[in-house]
Parts: sequence; structure tokens; C-alpha cells
Amino acid sequence: MIRATLRWSALVIAAVLFLVPFYLLLRNGLSSRAEITSPDWTFWPERLHWENFGRLFDRQDVPFARSLLNSAIVAVLQTTGLIVVCSLAGYGLARVPCRYAKPVFYAVLATLMIPASVTFLPSFVVVSTLGWLSDFRGLVIPGLFSAFSVFLFRQYFLDFPKELEDAGQVDGLSRWGVFRRIVLPCSRGFLAAIAVITVIGSWNAFLWPLIIAQDPDSWTVQVALSGLLTAQNPQLDLLFLAAALSIAPIVLLFAFLQRYLVQGVTESGLKG
Amino acid sequence: MTLSRKARDTLAFWGFVGPFLIGLVVFGYLPIGWSLYLSFFDARNTVTPSVFVGLDNYVRMLSDGPFLASLGTFSVFAAFIVPLTFVLSLALALGVHQLKFARAFFRSVFFLPFACSYVVASLIWKTSLFSGVRYGLANSVLGLFGVDPVAWTGTVHPPLYWIVLVTARLWLQLGFYVILFLAALQRIPRHLYEAAWLDGAKSGWQVFRYITLPQLRATSVAVLLLNLINAYQAFDEFYNILGDSRGYPPYGRPPLVYLYYTSLGSGGQDLGRGSAGAMILAMVIALATLLQGRLFRFDRSAS
Repeated sequence: MIRATLRWSALVIAAVLFLVPFYLLLRNGLSSRAEITSPDWTFWPERLHWENFGRLFDRQDVPFARSLLNSAIVAVLQTTGLIVVCSLAGYGLARVPCRYAKPVFYAVLATLMIPASVTFLPSFVVVSTLGWLSDFRGLVIPGLFSAFSVFLFRQYFLDFPKELEDAGQVDGLSRWGVFRRIVLPCSRGFLAAIAVITVIGSWNAFLWPLIIAQDPDSWTVQVALSGLLTAQNPQLDLLFLAAALSIAPIVLLFAFLQRYLVQGVTESGLKG
Repeated sequence: MTLSRKARDTLAFWGFVGPFLIGLVVFGYLPIGWSLYLSFFDARNTVTPSVFVGLDNYVRMLSDGPFLASLGTFSVFAAFIVPLTFVLSLALALGVHQLKFARAFFRSVFFLPFACSYVVASLIWKTSLFSGVRYGLANSVLGLFGVDPVAWTGTVHPPLYWIVLVTARLWLQLGFYVILFLAALQRIPRHLYEAAWLDGAKSGWQVFRYITLPQLRATSVAVLLLNLINAYQAFDEFYNILGDSRGYPPYGRPPLVYLYYTSLGSGGQDLGRGSAGAMILAMVIALATLLQGRLFRFDRSAS
């Protein structure tokens, strides 16, 4: 009884602590600057400053609306492309017999050993040589070839019921036909899990867009936020509103698709 | 002309794997090869090498105080973040696992920060929660107890900036590891607990020590390794919490921040030295991963 009470209190305290940053985001985003910087802490602004929205989007120095759009475009292109490229490769490695399957798989595994962010410089060199700086191609394309996603797809397809595929082949479908008409439709849950994880990763990415998107018109939302944050005399109210807006789409997606996300994370034990 | 079944399979294999493989070569192998090549050359303000300098870049990186200091910064960060994340996420997972109801609620609350970016967390931590002036939440709470405002990110002796950096990362990533532990807890067979009870293991601690913890071994190793690798890659919150329009303070620079400023920052733009640094870092990480794997027998428990 006492232990249950202790456990409950500990969990409730932890939950409150976890929610405090979200509260700060909303409180500060809808306060006036004076209220944020006031030495007397108020729990909630006296009146909600909805006009902050207009002021945020009217700013000339940081194209915030544009950065939201850029992030959305990058996230959609990257997620779609990654799923196409990596599911194909994962399926080929798992199911299509070929004597090169093993060496190719080891070549993929080898790149998993090297953390992505150690390669940020070499990749920057390649992308800038290709002339893709401040360009959607530079933001999207290098992210499509995720060895880790291929690895996950391969593991998943290895467990796919073979009888379904055999039935398709008996009916005269080619390898490609089996993949498109049988395997993909049956894998919707897994595809959704990978899609949610990729969208969140793409939306929240910072280091890569920071070095690739050099022209403000190509900034993603994280780069724009960082620009606002590290500027001289940041306008705190607008900064917090921008941050709240930047997490809104992801939190919504998260709320609707959490089931898939949890499933994907627990099935794969993948990185954050 | 009809192809044999084997030939058709080979063709199909390259059809499936080919697009990815081309990308992997262009954006995986080629960059690493190019960087290795660049690291032996003088390459300032350019991505094409000019003068061959041999191992000069490496020697300069390794005799360079700031780069070695950045490896030290990483070690301090890892020493804080890895055990803290492990203990706290395991404790939260155990707490949620033993709940009779509201399990989904708590799981969602702890997982929600995972949806936020490091930039957003940095913003909240730097300018509101741990703001150095009186209006920050931490300072307002301390003020209730009559404590003077603390300059959290600017205080080096004692190194209070670590509190800001470590708590930000804990908030963002704890939920992810809680989910991993929850999944592992659910997989532990019930009869093990019944057997332990029959054998006289009465206290919760005994059951935890002799049943739960050994059963969580594979997940624990994965959590520790993922955590360490993620700590190596720290960049976003350091850059956004400690950096500002005037640049970056000399303290609290992890390797990636240092490499970023060396190779792409306004001052240096020295891609040759940056590449040498990246190579050294890659070797350190590979070595540490192998060592850890040996230590925890990752290869066996993961299979």
C-alpha cells in the first residue's frame, strides 16, 4: 500500500516535470515580452497575445513561414524516397537469391559502424562538389540511403510469411509483382512505423541542414529557430511561439500514430 | 530468348538493391574516401586539396589543445549522461510497468519529448528554464527560498552549465529508453517470478536483482551502447545552448562542435584539418564500440 502510494507520487512528480517545458513553450509564446522577462513569475499571461502570430510571420529577417514549408517538403520527399529505396533494398537482400547478397549485406553493415555525424564533413564535401548547397537536392537526397533502414527492412522481410509469396509466384507473378501486390500491402504497419520515425528524424534534423542550407530561403525550421535563438537580443515571445508552432505538426502526428511509433521502436531497438 | 531462372533472380536482385547501392557508394563510401584523401592535404576555404602535407593535419590535430579538450568534454558528458539515463529510464519503466491503470497515459507523457527537437529543447532550457537572469523558472523557484539568481550557462566554476546540458538531453531521450525497457519487461515470462516466489524470494529487491535485471541484459547493453554513441554525436544542444551571436565559449566544446567550427566556421574553414579530426573521431568511436562490445559481450546477447 505504502509502496504503491510512493510509486504513484514518484510517477506523478516525474510526469509533471516532463510536462513543464511544454507549459513554458505555450506560456511564453502567448505572453508579451514584458511578461516573459518580468522578475515576478506569473503562471499564465494576463491576456493571451494572439497578435504574436502576425508579428512572427511579418518578420523580414527570418523567413519563418518559408522555413516551415521547406521542412514539410524535405520531410515528405525524404520519407517517401527513403521508404521506396530502402524497402526495395531490404527485400532484395532478404528474399531474392543471388550470390552477391552476402557481400552486399556486409558492405551495408560496415557503414552502420560509422556514426552518421562523423561523416558530416565528408558528405558536405561531396554535396558542395555536386553544387547542391542551399538546394532541396542537398537536403533530401543524401538522407535517402540509410543503411540502418535497409537493415531494419531486411530483418522484417526475413520474417515475412513465405507461403504468401509462394502463392503469388504460383499465380504467375514476377518477383516485382510479388513485392508490389503481396508483400507491400501486407506490411502497412511496418511501413507506417518507419515513416513516422523518418518524418520525425527529418523534421528535427539540425546539423545537416545547418551546413547545407546556407541561403536563408532554404533554411529548414530548425535552422530558422537556431538563427532566432543565437541572434543578438532575440525576441523571446516570437521565438517561443515559433518553437511551439514548429513542434505542433510533429506532436499531432505523434498523437495519431504513436501506436506505430512504439511498435517500430520496440521491434527494432533503434536510435533516437 | 528466355533467361534462366537464376539469371532472372540475379537481374531482379540488382533491380531491388541497385538504387540503394548507388546511393550508398556516392553518399557513404565516396565521402569517407574523399575525406581520408583530404586529410593528407592542405585544404583551406576549399573542398579540393592543394598541397600534400602527409600526416601534418593529424599531428596538428593531436597536439592541438582544443581538440584534445573536446574529447575530454565528451568523456565528462558521457560520464554524466550514460549512467543517469540508464538508471532513470529503468526506474521509470519499472514504475509504469507495475501500474494497474493509466499505464498508457504515463507512457505517452514520458515519450512526448521524443517528438521535440534539440533546438526547441535548447531554446526552452537556455532562455526560460535555466535563464541566467531573475525571470528564469529555475531562478524564480530558487528565489522563493531566498537564493540569488544563478548564471546557469555561464558559470564554469563550479561547472553549472553541465546541469543545463545534461537535463536537456535527459528530457529529450529518457522516454525512448523507457519504451525499450517497457518492451523488454513485457517479454519476461511470468513463471520466472512465480518460481522465484516459491523459492522464497520475498523482497522486491531480491526479485529485481536475480530475475528482472538478468532478463533485461540484452536491452541494458543496447541502451548503454546507443546512449554512448548518441553522446559522441552531441552537437545540437551544445551549439544552441552555449553558442550565441558572438561565437562559442572556450569551455564545453564536444568534438563535433569543435570540428564544425574548425572546418566550416567563420574563422578557420580548414577542411584538411577538419577531415583529419573526423578520421580520428571515427577511429575513437569504432574502437570504443568494439571494446564495449567485448566488455558486455554484445555479440552474444544480441543474437
